[in-house]
Amino acid sequence: MSTPLLEIENLRVTFPTPRGDIDVVRGVSFTLGRERLGIVGESGSGKSMTGRSILKLIRAPGRVSADRLNFDGIDLRNRSERQMRAIRGARISMVMQDPKFSLNPVMTIGEQIAEALLTHKRLPRREVGERVLAMLESVRIADPERVAKLYPHEVSGGMGQRVMIAMMLIPEPDLLIADEPTSALDVSVQSQVLDIIDEQIKRKGMGLIFISHDLNLVSSYCDRILVMNTGEVVEECRAGELQNATHPYTRGLIASIPRLNETRDELPVLDRSAWASK
Amino acid sequence: MTALSLKNLDISYGETRITHGVSLDIAEGESFALVGESGSGKSTVLKAIAGLAPQWTGSITAFGKPRSHSIDGHFARACQMVFQDPYGSLHPRKTIDATLSEPLSIHGIGNQNARVEAVMASVGLDRKFRFRFPHQLSGGQRQRVAIARALVLEPKILLLDEPTSALDVSVQAEILNLLKRLRREQNLTFLMVTHNLPVVSFLCDRLAVMRQGRIVEVANVAQLKRGALKEPYSRELMQISATHAA
Repeated sequence: MSTPLLEIENLRVTFPTPRGDIDVVRGVSFTLGRERLGIVGESGSGKSMTGRSILKLIRAPGRVSADRLNFDGIDLRNRSERQMRAIRGARISMVMQDPKFSLNPVMTIGEQIAEALLTHKRLPRREVGERVLAMLESVRIADPERVAKLYPHEVSGGMGQRVMIAMMLIPEPDLLIADEPTSALDVSVQSQVLDIIDEQIKRKGMGLIFISHDLNLVSSYCDRILVMNTGEVVEECRAGELQNATHPYTRGLIASIPRLNETRDELPVLDRSAWASK
Repeated sequence: MTALSLKNLDISYGETRITHGVSLDIAEGESFALVGESGSGKSTVLKAIAGLAPQWTGSITAFGKPRSHSIDGHFARACQMVFQDPYGSLHPRKTIDATLSEPLSIHGIGNQNARVEAVMASVGLDRKFRFRFPHQLSGGQRQRVAIARALVLEPKILLLDEPTSALDVSVQAEILNLLKRLRREQNLTFLMVTHNLPVVSFLCDRLAVMRQGRIVEVANVAQLKRGALKEPYSRELMQISATHAA
C-alpha cells in the first residue's frame, strides 16, 4: 500500500430543491489503497452518492464538487464524459444492488459479459468466448457453457449477482465499488457472493469499496470502515475495532441490532437529537 | 389453547407442489417463527393461511374453527397479515385514513373514526399522518401503517412476513419493539416468517426450520440461543448468522 489508489478530499454532492440547494454529501474525505473499505450508514446517509460520484454517475441537476478526486494519478474532476467512459468498467467498476434491474433482459448472459470486455479491448472472437467462460467459472458457476446462453430471467438472484460480478471483473479493473451487492439476496447466498468478491479482490490485488447498511456484514468483509450519517463521515475505524466505536451514532447503530443470544427485553432506539445539533 | 393449527398442509401453485405435509400447533399468545432460505415455502404457508394461496389440502384451523378454501370473513377477523415491503403493500392513492377504514367497512364495523384514531395511537403514529398518502411517510412509518391496518380488526393472530427486512437496522429496532409491546398488550399470537435468526431470538418463543417445503426441525428459542439446534441444516443456518455477527 504505497501510493493511494484513490484520494478524495472534501467531496460534496448537491441537489437543488425548491427550498434551495441541499448537500447530500457534505465534505467527505478519505484515501484508499489496495484494500477493502466499507462505507456504512442508513438510507439517506449519502453512502451510495459517495460511491457514484467517484464514477461521476451523478446526473444533473445533481452537482459534484471536491478539492481533490484523484484515481491512480488521474484527476477525475476535469475528465470529460468521453474520457470517463474509458475509465468506467476498465479501471473502476461497480456492482449494483439488484441483478433483476441491472442486467439487460434481452441479451444473453454470455453476450453481456463479452460486451463489457469488448467495450475496452479488441480481441479475437475465440479468445473472448474463452475468457467469458473462464470468468463465469471463477465466480463459481458450475456449468458456464449452459449459463452463458441463458437470459437473465432464467437464473436465480444469487446467480444473477455472480453474473454481474463476472461482468464487472472481466475488464480487470483496479477498483471495485460494490453498492449493497447482497441486499437483494438470501442470507445463505449472501456469504457465498461476498466470498467470491473477496477471493477475486485478493487474487488481483484490487481495491474495494463496499457500501452497505449492514454493520456486521461490512465489519466481517472489510479492513477499514467509514460510518456515514447525513452526508458526513462520523467515524472511521479498523473493522476489528468496530465494537470500540466512540461516536454516539455508531454506538446507537450497533446497539440496535438484535443478537443471536438476545437477552434484552427492548432494543435501544437511536436518539437522533444526541448529535443532530452539531 | 391452540390458536392456530395446521395439519398435513400441502400447498401447490398450479402443477408445482410447494409444501409437503406441514403440521404445526401454535398456542394462544405464543410467538412462533418459520425460518429457512428463499424457496423453502415459508411465505407460502402464511399465504395459504391468509387465503392468498387457495390451492391447498389438509386443514387450517384457528381457535378450533377450520378455514374454508374461499374468502372467509370470520377467519379474517381472527387472523390478519403484515407484509414484507411497506413500499409495495399500501395503496399509493389512498390516504392512511382510507387504508385503515377499509377493513372496518368490509366487516361492517361502526364507530370507524374512533377506531382509526385508537389504532394509530397504539402503533405510535401521530394524528397528523391520518390524511397523508404513503409516499409522504418514511419506510418505518409505512410499516406502522401496515401493522395498524392488520390490527384495526382486533385480530387474535398476526401473520408477519419478514416485517423488518426492508428496513434500516435502527428502524428495525423500533418496529421490533412495537411488535413486542403490541403482543404483550393485546395478547396476540404471532406467526412470523424471517431468515434473520437474531430477530427470532428477540421476538419469538419457538421456531420451525423449513427446507424445500418441509419442516425439518421445531425448536424453542432457548435452544437457538444456546446453539443447540439438532438438524445439520439448522446448524448451517446458525453458522451463517454467527459469521455475520462476528
